[in-house]
Amino acid sequence: MRRLFTYPYIVWLAIFVIAPLLLVFFYAFSGTDADGYTYFTFQNINKFFEGIIEGQPFFQRIYVRVATRSLRMALQTTVICFLLGYPLAHILASKGFRDKPILLFLFIMPMWMNFLVRTYGWMTILERNGIMNNLLRRMNLPTIDILFTDSAVLLGMVYNFLPFMVLPIYTALTKMDKRIIEAAQDLGASPRSVFLRVVFPLSMPGVVSGITMVFMPAAATFIIPNLLGGGQFFLLGNLVEQQFLLVGNWHFGSAVAVVMIVLMLVSTFILSRFDRQTEASEGGMRL
Amino acid sequence: MTSYNANMMAVLKRLYMGLILFFMYAPIAVLIIFSFNASRSRGTWEGFTLDWYIRLLNDQHTQRALRNTVLIAIFSTIFATAIGTVAAIGIDKLKKRSRTAIMLVSRVPVMMPDVIIGISLMMLFLFVFRTLGVGSLGFGTMLLAHVIFNVPYVILSVTPKLRQLDPNLYEAALDLGSNPLRAFVQVILPELWPGVVTGAMLAFTMSVDDFMVSFFTTSPGVQNLSIRIFSMTRRGVDPSINALSTIIFVVVMIMLILINRRDRRLIHKNAEDD
Repeated sequence: MRRLFTYPYIVWLAIFVIAPLLLVFFYAFSGTDADGYTYFTFQNINKFFEGIIEGQPFFQRIYVRVATRSLRMALQTTVICFLLGYPLAHILASKGFRDKPILLFLFIMPMWMNFLVRTYGWMTILERNGIMNNLLRRMNLPTIDILFTDSAVLLGMVYNFLPFMVLPIYTALTKMDKRIIEAAQDLGASPRSVFLRVVFPLSMPGVVSGITMVFMPAAATFIIPNLLGGGQFFLLGNLVEQQFLLVGNWHFGSAVAVVMIVLMLVSTFILSRFDRQTEASEGGMRL
Repeated sequence: MTSYNANMMAVLKRLYMGLILFFMYAPIAVLIIFSFNASRSRGTWEGFTLDWYIRLLNDQHTQRALRNTVLIAIFSTIFATAIGTVAAIGIDKLKKRSRTAIMLVSRVPVMMPDVIIGISLMMLFLFVFRTLGVGSLGFGTMLLAHVIFNVPYVILSVTPKLRQLDPNLYEAALDLGSNPLRAFVQVILPELWPGVVTGAMLAFTMSVDDFMVSFFTTSPGVQNLSIRIFSMTRRGVDPSINALSTIIFVVVMIMLILINRRDRRLIHKNAEDD
């Protein structure tokens, strides 16, 4: 009975989860010669770090710049989402708003809309002759031309990923034991130190999962830069898509994917360490 | 002074929420309003029309894409729910070490960036087709890909329910003369049901919303709604997209309200039972 339930699933995992990943690694570390033979090589990974033009300084090489741009945009998105999202989650979890589930519903609802549609909405607003500029013109203000720039991509990413930051923090804040806060207040802590030394540290698990849920997809997205950044806007996700669908170079595309997987594992590792630290301090508090 | 401060804070809180809500709904409101705009322009209002809706209703590509989205969502949900529920029960019975290992591998499709799931499945399918000499990307591969990325959501929803399950329940049913199948269907499954339903609903929404994985695992001839919208936005200004978005928005809103009502009824019912 037990085997009947588990073994088919193990086979399923092997074929549909492990094998595809092995294929990515296989192609990343192999090449095909003129006769169609496959050989082992590091050249695809090297190509990523060396770029196309020889002798350039490391951070100016084309693919390294794609990687740093992706990480920078993802980091900026995460920071902005945190700065906007934490206060929002705090307000939603505070007295007077907590008993109004409709509010949370209002903030989550756009998340259920197809994200392509929402991103298309921003194109309509930000266009040169779009709504925002029409309004600015009517008020005799200078127009802003930000569609197809970094700022537009950043705006689109913050817009799409903000709920993923708000939700886990909100959950952490509402699950918090209110007696600890009351105890801190009774012991004479000012509202400021109650927040900084009790509420914020206790909400860290929510913050960490919020950061994970924003940073990872933001570093890998290719649709938002594709629509709001125009064709020329290049992030890691775009590079992978281009190598697989336009260039048809599976070897180099897989190498980029491997770089992405490594970056993801490294950031997961760093974030999980943070989580463990807060868990430890939480345990200390319970004593 | 303090009450003045408290009032100020309340006003500020409301203002802040209002600003973020404005930010969240601005693009959606714009899409809805301009779906009724007589002009093709995305920036100026030139009178009311339903033309874009009529055009959408007559658009074969969009209709086919809608049908694909619905069919794939329904079938991938059914398959993923069945596979995920059975797998979760199997995993739960394993020893701790193998359980942790299998759960870790199970989570991979949830943790990996969508692009990587998309390209890796595309490579697997094409690799198999090339080896066999037959087959091509299309509806079947897109459906299979959706089942693959939906299974973990079902497992992650069912597992907590399994933890709450009384291990003696199944034994008791057997002792009372039930056969294993009947014990499973009549005793275990009803206990797991809330988790199964949550998993199925998650799987359904993930499937409807997916773009990335579908994009890589289908051929240009077979589109779902997301891919259709993407190809429409690539071709430039087309107010039919606004009409389509408005319809999606209304459908999503109705669905969410219905689910919300159902949840609240369940909570009330449980409260009464207690």
